[in-house]
Amino acid sequence: MKSAVITFPGSNCDRDMDVALKKFGFNNKMVWHQDIELPKSDLVVLPGGFSYGDYLRCGSMASKSKIMQSVINFANSGGMVMGICNGFQILVETGLVPGVLLRNKYLEFICKNVFVKISNKDNFYFKNINNNILELHIAHNEGNYFCTKDQLKEIEDNAQIAINYCDAEGKIEEIFNPNGSIKNIAGIFNKEKNVLGMMPHPERMIDPSLSGDDGSIFFKNLINNLK
Amino acid sequence: MKISVIITLKKDVLDPQGKVIHQALDGMGFNDVNEVRQGKYFEIDTKETNPKKAKDKVEEMCKKLLANLVIENYKIIDVQ
Repeated sequence: MKSAVITFPGSNCDRDMDVALKKFGFNNKMVWHQDIELPKSDLVVLPGGFSYGDYLRCGSMASKSKIMQSVINFANSGGMVMGICNGFQILVETGLVPGVLLRNKYLEFICKNVFVKISNKDNFYFKNINNNILELHIAHNEGNYFCTKDQLKEIEDNAQIAINYCDAEGKIEEIFNPNGSIKNIAGIFNKEKNVLGMMPHPERMIDPSLSGDDGSIFFKNLINNLK
Repeated sequence: MKISVIITLKKDVLDPQGKVIHQALDGMGFNDVNEVRQGKYFEIDTKETNPKKAKDKVEEMCKKLLANLVIENYKIIDVQ
């Protein structure tokens, strides 16, 4: 399986993602933001970080960079595109997934492990995954998911919510919401479910001796689904 | 030609920074403030000399990049 990780100026989780993808069997290529064409890929990843120093709005400058037109075309033709953290912010700025990510409700940078519940397994990202709850890491200042009432209705009608913040038992309640996101939303799909944006970093949870191993569960399942 | 634009958050979007600024003002003794909303201000110097065309171009810039219309409104406040 072939994957590509896009590096923007200010990306800082691109190499972690490269390590994670390779560990679980992807033949990964790094792609520079000024490139025009994507290499042939089964999965394109927009990594975490602070692309363009978060100027204007997080992800807004990166969403207009040269490579993004190819990424948008790839996504619109059904290609799998996953945005993690800043990658999620870039995805919302391109309009590939609905909504926006606002400053965290309590104005603090949040860096901790959280639990998320998988809300929709009818897609290539989570199909066949045994777990319903994953423990993943978040590290962000702007992860407060927001959308209009009309967008929320559409998102719910199309089952576009991918994961929600919850507790270890999977209870989705306001007290387990770290950043003020509407409906505890931590990740969201486009209508067709080939594009996934999420705040948590699965690539930070692939080594049981360093972190946790729930990211491994995610990546192992993902590559099996793509085979 | 210089064009000035302000971008503000839409009414129902939470503005935690504005809230904190409001609290700080309160603490400094400015007790009659009802609300503070923080926004952005841009000055765009363009080669275009026709005010109507310049304004239209800046409006397009607002829609495509300067503002995120899900949460923000833009207003062209000055054309010189």
